[in-house]
Amino acid sequence: MLAYALKRTFVAFLILIVVSGLTFSLSHLAGDPALTIGGEQASDEDIAAIRVLYGFDRPLYIQYADWGWKALQGDFGESYHYRQPVASMIGERIGRTMLLGFLAILFALIISIPMGTLAAMRPNSLIDRVALLIAVFGQALPTFWFALMMMIVFGIWWRMLPISGHTDWAHYVMPTIALGYYATPALMRLTRAGMIEVLASDYIRTARAKGLSPTVVLFKHALRNAIIPVVALAAVWFGFMLGGSIVIETIFNLKGLGWLSYDALLRSDLPVVQAIVLIFASFYVVLTLLADLLNAYLDPRISVR
Amino acid sequence: MHPKHLVKYVTGAVMAAMMSTTAIAGPDDNSLVIAWGSTGPIEHVDNYVNTNRTGIWFSRMVWDQLIYREPKTFEYKPLLATGWEQLSDTVWQFKLREGVTFHNGEPFDADDVVYTLNWVSNPDNGVKVQRNVNWIKEARKVDQYTVDLEMKRPFPQAFEFLSGPITIYPNEYYAEVGPDGMHKQPIGTGPMKVVSITTAEEYVFEKNADYNWGSPKGEAKVDRMVVREIADVQTQIAELLAGGIDITADISADHVDQIGGVPGYTALQAGTMRTGYLGFDAANRSGHEPVNNLKVRQAMAHAIDRESLVKNLIRGDATVIHTPCFPTQFGCDVNAATKSDFDPEKAKALLAEAGYADGFDIEFYTFRPADWAEAIMGDLAKVGITATLTKMPYFALRDKQRNEGSTPMFLMDWGSYSMNDMSAITSHFFKKGPDDFALDDDVAGWLEAGDTNSDPEVRKANYAKAIEKITGEVYWLPMFNHVRNYGYREELEFIPYQDEIPRFWQYGWKS
Repeated sequence: MLAYALKRTFVAFLILIVVSGLTFSLSHLAGDPALTIGGEQASDEDIAAIRVLYGFDRPLYIQYADWGWKALQGDFGESYHYRQPVASMIGERIGRTMLLGFLAILFALIISIPMGTLAAMRPNSLIDRVALLIAVFGQALPTFWFALMMMIVFGIWWRMLPISGHTDWAHYVMPTIALGYYATPALMRLTRAGMIEVLASDYIRTARAKGLSPTVVLFKHALRNAIIPVVALAAVWFGFMLGGSIVIETIFNLKGLGWLSYDALLRSDLPVVQAIVLIFASFYVVLTLLADLLNAYLDPRISVR
Repeated sequence: MHPKHLVKYVTGAVMAAMMSTTAIAGPDDNSLVIAWGSTGPIEHVDNYVNTNRTGIWFSRMVWDQLIYREPKTFEYKPLLATGWEQLSDTVWQFKLREGVTFHNGEPFDADDVVYTLNWVSNPDNGVKVQRNVNWIKEARKVDQYTVDLEMKRPFPQAFEFLSGPITIYPNEYYAEVGPDGMHKQPIGTGPMKVVSITTAEEYVFEKNADYNWGSPKGEAKVDRMVVREIADVQTQIAELLAGGIDITADISADHVDQIGGVPGYTALQAGTMRTGYLGFDAANRSGHEPVNNLKVRQAMAHAIDRESLVKNLIRGDATVIHTPCFPTQFGCDVNAATKSDFDPEKAKALLAEAGYADGFDIEFYTFRPADWAEAIMGDLAKVGITATLTKMPYFALRDKQRNEGSTPMFLMDWGSYSMNDMSAITSHFFKKGPDDFALDDDVAGWLEAGDTNSDPEVRKANYAKAIEKITGEVYWLPMFNHVRNYGYREELEFIPYQDEIPRFWQYGWKS
C-alpha cells in the first residue's frame, strides 16, 4: 500500500510539471504577450520596450525555469495587466470559486444520491425512468445554455434571483444549480449501479432474513457501502467543478478564479494563466490521488495490481 | 379554499414581493448603473499606466485636458487652458484657467501642468504608451497661470494628444502617491469624483459639485453612477432587461432588434470613426502570389458588394468608406481616393487579364464576426476566388501579421485611438512598420512629410498623394465605418459619439 501511494504521488508530481510546462509553452505560442500588454495604442518602440522590460526577449526555457523556481517558492510573479502580485489576486478570488465548487457538488449529491437510491430500489419503474431522464438532460444540456435559460426565467421574467455578481448568497443560487446539474448524471448513475449491486448481495439478504427493518437495511447496510465510490467520484468531480467554473463564473459575472482565468486568457496575462492552471491541475491531481488511495485502501486488490 | 387556488395566490404574492424588491432606482434617486467591459476590465486606472481602450471612459470622467475637442465638430476649445499661442515651430504657450480645484481641494495652476507634462515625457517614469508623450521636450512655467510647452520637433498632431490622452494631474498629490496611489484613489478636476474602485468589478462615482466653472464638457447629469465590469454580453443584456443596469454598449446588431422590441427599452446603432478595411499582402510578405498582382487586387475590389454588406449586416449609421482613413480626420481627402464600384463582370475580366480566369484559392483572416467575412467570401466566390477563413483572437492575429507577415488577405479595422488626424491610421499602416503590407517608399515618404510638417496645406497635399496611391494600388480596400450598438432604458438621455469615447457624465434621466 505504501509503495502504491508513493508511486501515485510521484506520478501526480510529474503530471503537474508536464501541465505547467505545456501551459507555459502554449501560452507563449498563442501570441506575442508584449503586443497584448501594449494594447492597440502601442507603437513598435513601445512593444519592443515592453518585450525587454518583461524579459520576453530571453529564451523560452530560461523564462520557464525562472518562473518555475519562483513558483516553487510561492511567488507566481506579477500580473502583466493589473500590476498586482498574482498570489494576492488569486487569494482574493479563490474563496468564491471554492465556495461555488463546494455548493455545486453538494447540490449534485443532494439530487443524485436520493434519486439514484430510489431508482435502484425500483429498477425500470417510473422513478427510475425519471432519474434516467434527469441524467440524460444533465449530460446533454450545454451548461451555458442552461445558465442562460435560468437567467431568463428566474432573473428577467420572475425577477426572483440576481443575474450577476457575488455579493450575497442569492448570487450563488443559479451558478450552483447550473454547475452542479452537470455533475448529477454521473453521480446518480453510479449510486444506482452501486445500490443495485449491493441490494443483490448476500449480506443484504441475510440482514433482511434477520428481520431488520427495510429502513435499517437500506441506510445502515446498503447505502453506506454503495456510497463509498460515489464519494470518491464526487471528490474528482469537485476538481471538474473548479474547471467548469470558468464558463459559469463568466456568465454570471461571479469574479472568482474561473472568471480570472478567462480574463487572463483573453489578455495573454501569462503569469495569471500559469498560476491558475497550476492550481486547478493541483486540485484535480490531488483529489484524484486521494480518490485512488481511498479506493486502494477499501479494495486492496487495486494496490496489488 | 381549493388547493389549486391556494397555490395560485401564494405564487402570485411571492412573485409580487420579489418584483418589488428589484425595483429600479435610476430616475428616482438620479443614479445610473452602466455595464461596460466585454473588451476586458481596466487594469490600472492611472491614465498613463492603462493601455486598454476601455480606460478612456474613466479618464474623461475624472480628469481634464488642457484643450477640449468638441466631439461632434472636432473643433478645439479651451478647457484647463483658456487660450494658446504658437511662439515658434516647436513651442506653444498656454494660458491656464483660474479658480479650478482638484477633487482633493488642491488648486490647479501652472505647477500641475509643468509637473504632469515633464513627468509623463520622462521615459524613466515608464508611461506605457510612449507615442502619446514622447514628442514633448519640456514644459516650463512662465507664471502661475502660463506655461510654455516645447516639442522635440514640429508636431502638428500635438492638439490631438493635448485634448485626448494627456490629462493633467495634481502635482503635489501625484508626487506623493505615484501611479499606484492614483489607481487606488484617483484625483482630478473632472466632472465626476471617484467614490470607490474594485478593480475589474465596479467603479462608483459621485458628481463633482465644484465642476461649475463653465467647462465645455458640462456638469454631470446624475448624482451617483456605478459602472460595472460585466464580461459576457448576454449577461449584460439579461441585467438590462432585469433592471440591474440602465445601459450597455457591447451588444451586437441582432441584439439591437431584440432589445429595441422590448417595451421600455431603446436600442440604436451609432456610427463611429473605427474604419474597417480589407488588407492585401501586396508586398508579398506571405509569399502568396495572386495578391501581389495589382489586377487581382482591383478585381477583388470590384467583386465585393460593400453597399450590401453595410445595409444588411453592419447596419445602423455605417457607411461605405473609400479612403484608408475616416473622412472627418485631418488630411483624409475623399476626392483623392480611387473608388471601386461593385462590378463582378469587370472583376472577372481583370482576373482573366491577370492570368487567373479560373480563379484561385486564398487564405483569409479576421477577428471580426464570421458572417461579415462570409459575406465577402460569398462575393469573391462568384468571380471564382475561393477564400478559406481563419478567425483568430485579435491579439493573436495582430501577432501573426506583425511578426510572421503570413496573412495574404485580412479583414481588420482601426479606431485611430479616437484621434481626428489621419496620421493615427494611415501613417501607422503605411510607413514600413510591422503592420505595413504595401512597403511602398513613395507612400511612406508622403506620409512622413505629412506627419512632420506644421503647415496644414503641405500636410494635406502629401496625405492626398498617399491616399491616391494606396487606393489606386488597392493596398487596402476600405470597407465601412463600424457602428457601436447600444441598448438602454428609454427614459435615459443618451448621446453617442463617433470617436467611440463614451462620456458617461452627459447621460441623464429625461424629466
